[in-house]
Amino acid sequence: MTWQDRIGRLLASSGRQTAVILATMLSLFPVYFMVVSSFKTKNEYIANKWGLPTSLNWGNFNTALAGEKFFQRFANSTILTVGAVACSLIIACLAAYAFARMDFPGKRTLFNLILSLMVIPPVVMVVPMFIAMVNWKLINTYQGTILIYVGLLLPFSIYLMTNFFQTIPREIIDAARIDGCNSLGVFWRIMMPLSAPAVVTLVVVNALWVWNELLIALIFMQKDELKTLMVGIAALRSRNYVDIPATMAGLFIATIPIVVVYLVAQKYFIRGLTSGAVK
Amino acid sequence: MRFRRIEPWLYLAPALITILLVFGYPIVRLTILSLQRTSGGVARFAGLTNYQFLFKDDVFLQAIRNNLTLLICVPIMVVVALVLAVFLFERIRGWKFYRTTLFLPYLLPIAVVGLIFSYIFQLSGVLNDFLNHIGMGWLALDWLGSTKYALPTLMFVIIWKEVGFGIVLFLARLMSVEEELFDAAKIDGANWWQLQWYITVPQLSTVIEFFTVVSVITMLSWVFNYVYVMTGGGPGNSTMVTELYVYLQGFRYNQMNTASAVSMLLLLVTGIFIFLELRLRGQSGSAEAFE
Repeated sequence: MTWQDRIGRLLASSGRQTAVILATMLSLFPVYFMVVSSFKTKNEYIANKWGLPTSLNWGNFNTALAGEKFFQRFANSTILTVGAVACSLIIACLAAYAFARMDFPGKRTLFNLILSLMVIPPVVMVVPMFIAMVNWKLINTYQGTILIYVGLLLPFSIYLMTNFFQTIPREIIDAARIDGCNSLGVFWRIMMPLSAPAVVTLVVVNALWVWNELLIALIFMQKDELKTLMVGIAALRSRNYVDIPATMAGLFIATIPIVVVYLVAQKYFIRGLTSGAVK
Repeated sequence: MRFRRIEPWLYLAPALITILLVFGYPIVRLTILSLQRTSGGVARFAGLTNYQFLFKDDVFLQAIRNNLTLLICVPIMVVVALVLAVFLFERIRGWKFYRTTLFLPYLLPIAVVGLIFSYIFQLSGVLNDFLNHIGMGWLALDWLGSTKYALPTLMFVIIWKEVGFGIVLFLARLMSVEEELFDAAKIDGANWWQLQWYITVPQLSTVIEFFTVVSVITMLSWVFNYVYVMTGGGPGNSTMVTELYVYLQGFRYNQMNTASAVSMLLLLVTGIFIFLELRLRGQSGSAEAFE
């Protein structure tokens, strides 16, 4: 290798490294900004917007937790997330079992139809759903909103679970059948325990989606004591006077669950979100 | 034997009922609502009046223009994601760490990042503060407060958040390409550009296609959160999008019929993409679930 080659290679690899580092800094900057601002006092923030705080000032977290019904909103988001994820998981697994391991007329068409619902934007359903929910007296209730979330989560959930169930060898099922298991027994004792990785994937992806969701929560949980964390956060923008460091502390707390789950279960996130495109 | 026949439907029933309630019923209702006008609490059939009204409404036309402008994000996202995915695939030092951090924006709630970005882009925000600091004060613009820059600023945030998905998608696909393909090309003396052009891009064509379709749908009908949190459609409707228009008509001005007509149009557009998606899937056979 000549020295020109070497220099060329060095330049190429350092160029690559530089590009990736710049992209990483850009993608982390808002998070960095949120974290450092949440430890600054108001005056410090005005004087020093993007630098590190001179000292760790925990007062903002107290302000954030005390104000704006923070705990209630946090609880509302949690109830909706847990409810919607649990219901959609059970319903989707039952349906996926039928799709993956049973035969019935119209199976393929029905499956494709359900798949195609994945791309329908929720905003399309919002107006008629609102009218229906008012009629059914489900507006401003956890059940009503969870119902909508479950419906919206089902197409993807059924798709993911069906694909996974199909990888479970038929021999295992046949063996269980011979041992006297009925189909519900096969579902509960064989399919579900073997599907733990797919279930984890589905739970993290769906939980993330519900936790972050804004539009449905905004329209179907309008009562102040039912508002979710994201709706509360979105409302902060229109304030005339905002205590930015305290707001950042609030955002920080709202983001922690997501980041923690992501760092712990990263491979499930990536697997879940890229399934359907990468085989 | 009789039971065997109805058995699958017992397993499917909860899912089908939920889907009918959340998708089926609203779509039927939507069609009816979009063809009616309500006055004094009475709904009357009105044909296509709502639709005619829409195409005379400047705000709606502006919303459509803005949604179409957002499409500019798509090629940018594809190229940026592709380049970064290739760099990571070439195993630069710390690629796993970079993958984790570059994917992070995609997972953060839009409400949260939108608010953070609006503090960054404020006239007295972090960005302008920084620009003044390094002597580039002439570039310190009112990023979100001017009709000229609000939409491009919004586009930056959308790209910032969505590009991570592309990176991870492309990287996952690249890692399943057989190494020999790259090795063979290298032995044949292909340079870096040729390698990308003749191996990487063709191998990734299906995921690139998928990411493009998903991103186009996003730009046309999944950007409500960004707009709602960062600009509220302003200043002066310069960032109005169709989804926000539905929300405002339906829930602020109580014009459920107009809102339904717009929803119908959105549904139609997504319908076209569903059709395209199914055809693509049919061709590539990549998502065949029943084999």
